[in-house]
Amino acid sequence: MHELMVTQNILEIAIRHAEEAGANQISSIHLQIGQLATLVDDSIQFYWDIISKGTIAQGAQLNFLRIPAQFQCNNCKEIYSLNGDDFSCPSCHGIDIQIIAGREFALDSIEIE
Amino acid sequence: MTQRIEVLEDIFKANNSQALLNCSRLEKAGIFSLNLMASPGAGKTSLIEQTILGLKGKTRVAVIDGDIATSMDADRAEKAGATAVQINTGGECHLDAFMIRNALDRLDLSAIDILLIENVGNLVCPSAFRLGAHQNVLVASTPEGHDKPYKYPGMYQGVDVLIINKIDLLPYINFDMQFFAQGVEILNPRIRTFLTSCSTGEGIQSWIDWILHQKKSFSAV
Repeated sequence: MHELMVTQNILEIAIRHAEEAGANQISSIHLQIGQLATLVDDSIQFYWDIISKGTIAQGAQLNFLRIPAQFQCNNCKEIYSLNGDDFSCPSCHGIDIQIIAGREFALDSIEIE
Repeated sequence: MTQRIEVLEDIFKANNSQALLNCSRLEKAGIFSLNLMASPGAGKTSLIEQTILGLKGKTRVAVIDGDIATSMDADRAEKAGATAVQINTGGECHLDAFMIRNALDRLDLSAIDILLIENVGNLVCPSAFRLGAHQNVLVASTPEGHDKPYKYPGMYQGVDVLIINKIDLLPYINFDMQFFAQGVEILNPRIRTFLTSCSTGEGIQSWIDWILHQKKSFSAV
């Protein structure tokens, strides 16, 4: 729902790093988005096309790297992936768990010219 | 020639940095703060009114009210006896740390002990934006249904305190407390839970006592 603000942040970070490197153009942007981050790729792309116009990032291709959710059981230390809606540990069925991956939302890298 | 540059910067970095600044500003002023989140109609504003009334005479309370439009909630908080500032987000689905910074500019921080922040009614977006509050509180209500922890895991995971409001309606609705509690337990086993009704006043006193206790431990540090 807040993809416009998020896209503005992506643009600001990308341009800042590109300018520091003396770039004329940003050709590609690589984003890491965790499975548990509530963000929609299509919506980010939609806003991107509008707000990047007239900047050095205009026309840059957005690449989304989806990072699967991973959990660790605090009881038996088993590391496992999300299976349907069941968050509990598949090994000991414990529910005292922690999220070790899947919440990421970061700008990984940019390609500049 | 194309060159790849590693960035590895959190997209929420700007918001998170401002949240840290808000937090240290509140701490310097000795203000203990709570960020209250909920779906629309869960009873956030009623709970805030009850909280202001319960804290009256014991401590000085201010409220920052976030809504898409109107100042109805800030008016209710003021009527109950608190200093209140309204933020109209004009369509944004959540409060962010910059809005809180601007609201703090409008308050006399030396005249406040406890700050209650009422977020925009929404179970998705507010959980992604840290504000700098000391504790994040979710107000759930029984008529919303017992499936909510399963449907909104991000919100249920990211909070420190859960208030289950409108418990006076339990005899009249189909709400399976055990199923609800199991979902909460899986997502957030260390969460602090209160059962309340703003209509009958049940459970409000233990919530007030908890706030006063937190404020005391906070001030001691």
